[in-house]
Parts: sequence; structure tokens; C-alpha cells
Amino acid sequence: MIAIPAAVDVAALKDTTLLNMGIFGLFVAVTMVIVFRASRNNKTAADYYAAGRSFTGSQNGTAIAGDYLSAASFLGITGAIAINGYDGFMYSIGFLVAWLVALLLVAELLRNTGKFTMADVLSFRLKQRPVRIAAAISTLAVCFFYLLAQMAGAGSLISLLLGISDWGGQALVIIVVGALMIMYVLIGGMKGTTWVQIIKAMLLIAGAAVMTLWVLGIYGFNLSALLGGAVETAKNPAVLNPGLQYGKSETSKLDFMSLGLALVLGTAALPHVLMRFYTVPTAKEARKSVVWSIWLIGLFYLFTLVLGYGAAALVGADTIKSAPGGVNAAAPLLAFHLGGPLLLGFISAVAFATILAVVAGLTITAAASFAHDIYANVIAKGKADAATEVRVARRTVVVIGILAILGGIFANGQNVAFLVALAFAVAASANLPTIIYSLFWRKFTTQGAVWSMYGGLASAILLIVFSPVVSGLKTSMIPGANFALFPLSNPGIVSIPLAFFLGWLGTTLDKRREDPAKQAEMEVRSLTGIGAEKAVDH
Amino acid sequence: MGNEAHTPDAAASVDFEQVQSTGQFQELRKRHRSFVFPMAVAFLLWYFAYVLLADYAVEFMSTKVWGNINIGLILGLLQFVSTFAITGWYVHYSNKRLDPIASEIRHEIEGHEFDKNGNRVGGANK
Repeated sequence: MIAIPAAVDVAALKDTTLLNMGIFGLFVAVTMVIVFRASRNNKTAADYYAAGRSFTGSQNGTAIAGDYLSAASFLGITGAIAINGYDGFMYSIGFLVAWLVALLLVAELLRNTGKFTMADVLSFRLKQRPVRIAAAISTLAVCFFYLLAQMAGAGSLISLLLGISDWGGQALVIIVVGALMIMYVLIGGMKGTTWVQIIKAMLLIAGAAVMTLWVLGIYGFNLSALLGGAVETAKNPAVLNPGLQYGKSETSKLDFMSLGLALVLGTAALPHVLMRFYTVPTAKEARKSVVWSIWLIGLFYLFTLVLGYGAAALVGADTIKSAPGGVNAAAPLLAFHLGGPLLLGFISAVAFATILAVVAGLTITAAASFAHDIYANVIAKGKADAATEVRVARRTVVVIGILAILGGIFANGQNVAFLVALAFAVAASANLPTIIYSLFWRKFTTQGAVWSMYGGLASAILLIVFSPVVSGLKTSMIPGANFALFPLSNPGIVSIPLAFFLGWLGTTLDKRREDPAKQAEMEVRSLTGIGAEKAVDH
Repeated sequence: MGNEAHTPDAAASVDFEQVQSTGQFQELRKRHRSFVFPMAVAFLLWYFAYVLLADYAVEFMSTKVWGNINIGLILGLLQFVSTFAITGWYVHYSNKRLDPIASEIRHEIEGHEFDKNGNRVGGANK
């Protein structure tokens, strides 16, 4: 066994601030140049939203991995495993298995029937206005929750790196991150953002791979020895067993089920992931991108297992919890422990880049949804030209950026993986039933779609508001108040079945029948790819 | 009328209900559903069995098998293996059983306007 370096001195982290900022600045500079170059050909709406459908399956797959492996995956899961042991591993498994729903049931059919947004597909054979509005509202809601999580991650990371623990300083950092993200999206559109995702995904996976090999090397490439190390540092053999976090009571066990349900059903309903399927020319490329991303994401989640237990063994849960940034600081602290300031700088820059890129991807999705679904199709009734639509999208980017900054300042300090799981629950409740029904259930009607989307969205959000996440506990967002009427912190187990049920009920009670010709068209298009828009030449 | 999601294209004048009723399309539909539905049910059952075990059978999951490696960890890693395996299986199935028939239908419909490479023949706009 290699000699284990001395314990992490959190106070020493401040000395490396300049180095961290330097590495991060370099990343921003390089990606900005790429975004500028990539954006020169952004002319049409298809260019701005769907990158001219010019990406290959493997490029898009890497970009999907970039979109998906957010701060939640890197900082959140590593932290969750480091503190809660086996229960944190659940996130990795749920986040990965969820891709099978996307691969088998959604990705290709969606690519064949839509153009830019999720609402294109959902409103295909139903009444345009109500379905489009509902789909756009739920897209905006999911993006907002997801953005909160990323911004909270940015706050944690900065407080660790710069040793800023006061509220104002962290808020300032969140504002800077938000402003940078607005720039990326305004200039680069989908193409620029996709390139940022690709670069970031490769850096993140490479960085995690180096750390994983390093940790395993310390333990002689013996996983069992690493786990033993984690038990020794934690002085608690239960870190290897399920139940440390969720096994406390019957309520917490239900909460674990609820989390598991939201994780596995959320992915295929995340609007920013769905929108990525439109950046490739064909359904076959969409399939290739999902396969590519499943491999990359699976590999990365295997790394998080080693990183999480590595942080538990080498840094220790107590040091992590007391560090600025708390749970989310596990991965950066592990990097510092292994490779000193240089590795910390690199890993922090990668984590930053991760947040920046994911935030950019979410923002462009939300902007596209507002401009394309609400502005162009509902307000302007399809009469807006493409240039106006893109202009509206750009303005929306600024508004969403500001909202995300404000939200992030308030969500600061929560575990990012946990916050993202809430976004998954909202997506799985509001979007998934309607996606599945409209692709596979011939009789599905507008009323079913509207009931399911609003019912799922409202129930998920209300249950979160009245859950211990928002009030009632010391760790809640509003610790002083107590209006936690709902005992679970993840609403999925109630809101997801409810949304499926409402979709069925609304359809059964609907006296209107949908046009069978549109149903036939959607089914034929979705399975054969007839008339799906091909790549735009430049 | 029509969906704004689609610009007028080669398929605009197609009678989709007629295509939908052809034996060839029914076969494609059957092949697609007979693979993805049972597979989706299978992996969801396997996933929830795992979640339930981790939730309610803690002692079983904590059984050490080799060194510090317990059944929970092995089942968790098997979730990774099954995900990779199903992915590979689906790709193989699509390439062999779905893509040929889908492109056949597509060519039959678009055939009179498109050549094999998907370029419009004799069309004015590119």
C-alpha cells in the first residue's frame, strides 16, 4: 500500500485560489473561442435550437453525457456516497437504468415526430394550444428546478475554493456564473452549447478516471480494501450496507422507494435531454447517441462509487461535513488530498465547467420552449417568422438566467443530487405519462393530456412545497417555519401514479375523439421516420 | 390544419391511415412493441426488486460474499451489467429486425420523389 498523505487541511485551500481561478479562466477562454466559431453559421431556427441537425450520433451522445453528468452526478453523488455510504449509490443506479426508458420507449420515436421541443410531439395529434401551453409550462418548471440544483452546486464549490462562507460573497459568485452562462447561450445557440458539452464531458470523465485510478492505486487495485478503508475511517461498518440514510423509519423507507421511482422514470421526460435528440439528422443517429451516452454515463457512475468511498476513506465524512460547501465538497476535497492544489484546481475547474455547461443546456431548452411553443405557436399563432422567434428565444435566455441566479442564491447549501432528484420527480410526473400515452395509446385525448400534465405538475410541486425539504427541519430551505404536511422529501411515489391515472381518467371521460388520421400519421412517422427533417447543409 | 412541427415535405400528401393498415406496417409495429414492451417491464421489475431489497432486506443485502464486498454491491453492479446488456441487445434487434422494414416502407412512400440517397429528384427546392 502506498503511504496515505496527511489529512486534508481545509484552511490551506485558500492558498490555491489563484491557481483554481487560472485553470477555470483558461477553460472559459477556450470554450468561448469555440462557441464564437461554432456560432458563425447560426441563421435559422433549426440552427439556433437544433444545431442544424448536423451532429453525429457519437458527438451528440457525448454531449448528452455532458448534459446529464451535471454537478449532481459529480459533486452530489460522490458526496452522498461519502456521507451516507451505500444509499448514495442508489442515485448512480437509478440515473443509469433510467436511460433504458429513453432508449427503448422514447428517443427514436420522438426524433421522428418532432422538430424542436417536447411540445411538438405531445401536441402532434391533439389540440395544439392547450397541449402546447401545458407542455411548455412543465418544461419551464422542470428546467427551473434543475437550474436551482446547478446553481446550488456552484455556490458550494465556490465557498470551498475561495473560502467564502458569507452569503453576499457566494451570491456574487452565483451571479458571475449566471452571467457567463447567458453569454454562452446568447452567442452560441445550440451548436455552441453542444460543443461546450462535448469538451466538458470529456474533461469530466477523464478527470474522474484519473482520480478513480489514483484511489484504487492507493488500495492496491483492491475494491474490498478500499471499502475496508471507508469502514475504518467512518468507524461504522454500516456504510457498506443499504439503509444508513433511508433505513431509519418506515417513512424514510417509503421515501427511498419514491426517490427510486422518480430517478428511473425522470430521465426520459427531462426536456433538455429530449431536445438533444433533435440535434442529430436521423432516428438511427438518435439511437446511436443514446447508446454512446449510456456507455459514457455508466462508466462515469462506476467511477463515482470509487470516488465516494474513496472520499469516505481518505478524507472522512466529518471533515467533508464541516468543510465550506458541505456534502458537495467531497469530490474536490478528495482531489486535494490526492494531488494537492494542482489536481484540486483541475477538478474544480471541471466541476465549474460542468455547472456552466449544464446551465447553458437547460437555459436554451427553456428559451426554445417559450419562444417556439408559447410565443410562436400560441401568442403569434404560428405567424411569427423564424428571425422573430429566435429573437424572442434570446430575450427569454436573459430572463431565465436572472431567475436561475435568484433561485440559486436561495437553494445554496442543499445537496445537489437531492435537488436534481426533485427535478426528476417533477419531470416524471408532468411529462412522462403524456409522452408514453401519446406515443403508444391510440385513444389518448387532449383532455387526458391536459389533466395528466397539470395534475402531475401541480401535485409534484405542491407535495415538494409541503414536504420537509422546504420547512420543518433544521436542514430545510426555510428552517424557521413548519408547514411540512407531507412526510416524504421526494413526491414521486404519489405524483407519478397520479399523473398516469389522470391521463387515463381524462381520456376515458372525454367525449371528444381525436382525429384518427393524425394518430395514423404520428404512428407511421414515429416508427418509419418518414418526412423527419434531415440535416441542414452549410 | 396540420402540425406546425412539420414543414411540408414528401410525406404531406401520404394517406397515413392506408399505410398504417398495410400488413408491412403492422408487422413493423408488432416487432417494435413485442420487443420494447416486455423488455421495459423486465428491467423495471428487476430495478424495483433491487430497490425493494435495498430498502426492506437490509440484512440480506449486507451479507458479505468476498472480503468487504456484499450482496448489495454485487446486485448494484449487476444493474450496470444488465443495462449495458439490454442496450446492446436492443441495438442488435433494431439493426436486424426493425431498420430494414422501416426503410422499406419509407422508400415506398418517398420513392417516387426521392432517390436512394434521400435527395429529391426533380424537385425545385433543396
